[in-house]
Amino acid sequence: MKSIKKFFKDITSYPSAVAGVIVIFLLVIMAIYAMISIPYSEAIRLWRGGEEVWYQNPKTAPPSWFNIFYARKQPVSFSIKGGEGDFTKTVTVGEQGTSSVDFSYTWDFQADDYPQELIIYFDSTYESKNPFVSIYLTTPDGTKIRIGDFGVDEEMTYRFSQDEKLQKRLKTDKVIQKLFSIPDSDPVTTLKGNYTLTINAVTFETGSTIDAEFVNHGTVYGAFGTDIYRRDLTVPMLWGAPIALAFGLLAALGTSLLTMIISAVGAWYGGWIDALIQRITEINLVLPFLAILIMVGTFYSRSIWVILGVTVALSIFTGSIKTYRAIFMQVKESTYIEAAKAYGASNSRLIFNYMIPRIIPMLIPGLVSSVPSYVFLEASLAVLGLGDPVLPTWGKIINDAETNGALYKGQYYWILEPAILLMVTGLGFAMLGFALDRIFNPKLRGL
Amino acid sequence: MEQTNLSAAKGIKKKSFAETTVGRITRFTIVRLFTLFITVVIGCYLTILIANMGGYVDNILKNDIRERTIMRVAAMTANQKISNEMRQQMMNEMIALEEKRLGLDTPFMIRSLTYLGNALQLDLGSALNMTSDSGSRKVNLIILERLPATLLLMGSSQLFLFFFSIFVALILSRNYGNFWDKLIITLSPTSSAPPWFYGIFFILIFAAVLKILPFSGMVSAPPPDNTWDYILSVLQHLILPGSSLIVSSLFLSIYNWRTFFLIYSSEDYVDMAKAKGLVSREIESKYILRPTLPTIITNFALLVIGLWTGATITETVFIWPGLGRTIYRAIGAYDTPVIVGSTIIYAYLLAITVFLLDFVYALVDPRVKVGGGSSS
Repeated sequence: MKSIKKFFKDITSYPSAVAGVIVIFLLVIMAIYAMISIPYSEAIRLWRGGEEVWYQNPKTAPPSWFNIFYARKQPVSFSIKGGEGDFTKTVTVGEQGTSSVDFSYTWDFQADDYPQELIIYFDSTYESKNPFVSIYLTTPDGTKIRIGDFGVDEEMTYRFSQDEKLQKRLKTDKVIQKLFSIPDSDPVTTLKGNYTLTINAVTFETGSTIDAEFVNHGTVYGAFGTDIYRRDLTVPMLWGAPIALAFGLLAALGTSLLTMIISAVGAWYGGWIDALIQRITEINLVLPFLAILIMVGTFYSRSIWVILGVTVALSIFTGSIKTYRAIFMQVKESTYIEAAKAYGASNSRLIFNYMIPRIIPMLIPGLVSSVPSYVFLEASLAVLGLGDPVLPTWGKIINDAETNGALYKGQYYWILEPAILLMVTGLGFAMLGFALDRIFNPKLRGL
Repeated sequence: MEQTNLSAAKGIKKKSFAETTVGRITRFTIVRLFTLFITVVIGCYLTILIANMGGYVDNILKNDIRERTIMRVAAMTANQKISNEMRQQMMNEMIALEEKRLGLDTPFMIRSLTYLGNALQLDLGSALNMTSDSGSRKVNLIILERLPATLLLMGSSQLFLFFFSIFVALILSRNYGNFWDKLIITLSPTSSAPPWFYGIFFILIFAAVLKILPFSGMVSAPPPDNTWDYILSVLQHLILPGSSLIVSSLFLSIYNWRTFFLIYSSEDYVDMAKAKGLVSREIESKYILRPTLPTIITNFALLVIGLWTGATITETVFIWPGLGRTIYRAIGAYDTPVIVGSTIIYAYLLAITVFLLDFVYALVDPRVKVGGGSSS
């Protein structure tokens, strides 16, 4: 009890250790939040779903809060379904089975740049005669612009910028720009204020229905932005935390525990077992670690668990096994071991209950400091294109961003978000490990 | 052995051959060389097995050949009237020929052993798919062609890192506890991030935003005709990858050396030397650096052979045409001879270095005797 109290006192005297603990604590909270708010299956669906999941999102849009720093305010992305929230839907039943359905949505537009695209997704049911819609956009200065009139199929996507009739009517191929600009302004500037989208639909049969969803692809989106496939980066940013923590901690724990047990066994039995362990360590030194991981990833499996297993297997027989062996050799000669041997303790009892507990304090700093290297190893493999094919990880986002030329195109947020999270994770563990090393290692005290 | 017994029996106090310095060194050399060679053989064979996934890569290659041959035969015979049997026969012949060329007709286990034998004799053979820039399939040409680029990048950065951090560490250990010392301690956790990670930040800052340095590559395109311009261009391209390799381990390296020197400078004999009133430069060179020399030499030797493997991911991020990237590309192309070739050379270099280090220790440290460790 006293030693634990002293340990905490020691820890608090290192500000970097406190910072490290806070970072790790926040990461754990982030990981738990990710797993609760977006369950695994939902995360995979959102991440790998395809266009039908991502259609509402704009392409490569930075996070919305970037607007705080932008001099030119960017339009925020949104999507809304007819009948939900402010997107009103009123159905008036007319004569002979006809009915008119009116949609109306008003939103405040305050940006200096133009949205990427405006899209309306129609969804209708009918037997022989399809519903007919007319779309209008009312600008803040009161002009009501006719966008288009057409019959709607069962499922239909109407993109403002792709409508050739609208292009002709507005006498430009930059439809969106024209719609959101002050008329005849030079240089063109956006017209700010309330815009209203009105859709007047007529159905011609009883039981025929029509629904609309309005999607406005702005140039900024959500808390983390989107990538080139319109995927919301919130999913990988949040889910990267539990994956990175699991990989880093499991690899560090597995490696150091196995290394310790194997070196303890070798030191205890000596003879050919010890010699064998030494030889395996020397052979392992010759094997190209990264190349083997890349080979396993390329030829065999890119699953994160296979990579984890191979990483642990290759990291056991390294230099640290020699360090542990030297310590165990000393421990082996202690009198308490002699005493235990005298009353007839079994070999396994001696190794696991007497020798290993003795050096656990020496193990902890190394364990904590090795976590970042494994977290970054996973990211490194992902950067080489060998990330887990299913899981969204931080490293894979960096790889995606790299291969799609995010740095060349100035989409810095895409690469910076995962990089900063990785950096913070690495620093958190490294700072704590460093402080622990100085606390546990009496040689380093005061140095 | 007999002589030892004889002299022992006669009670003559004469050193037997096995106990003389020459004898001890000879015995040690033979045993050490033998064990190291066995290590290299096993390590190399394991790499061959892994690089072929125990024969699994053969299946990939065979399927690949089959697919390509079918396409080729289809293209060749597209405008000819030819019976199906003829086409089939042609296909089978071509597949057999191609498999024979790659040696796939002999069982993998036999092939792996001949492979091992050739590799150990440094006969690296021909690559399966890759070619060197000059168009050769020889593995040693492919590797040699990439070596200068890797040596330039790794050599300049690692040597700078090594000497600079020892230099700074000595200064810090002389007056530890001051502001700079604390700064280095605080910054040392930053070394938990690998070089490529800093590389991405550097590209972002210096290439993308400031636009003062090139994004990647080794020389600007098209390469300048003038030799001086060429060198300048290469140096310009070297700055970012080189500095990311340096920055990523600089602070931890300085910290480790500093702590190492501090532990040695708190020894009693150093205090004694201080008490005698020796100048600090002399204390440093004779009382601190001298006993730490074996460690410094080991680190340096491992650094030098570590240059060989290159920095796979940093080279990939910076599109630097070095060895690391070549190995990565070789793995992607299932080109096992290239992978095995680079591994065996590294294994040999490592074994020779480890062997030589034992002698170097004995030279620089009078307390160490060659081959004297385990027997005494």
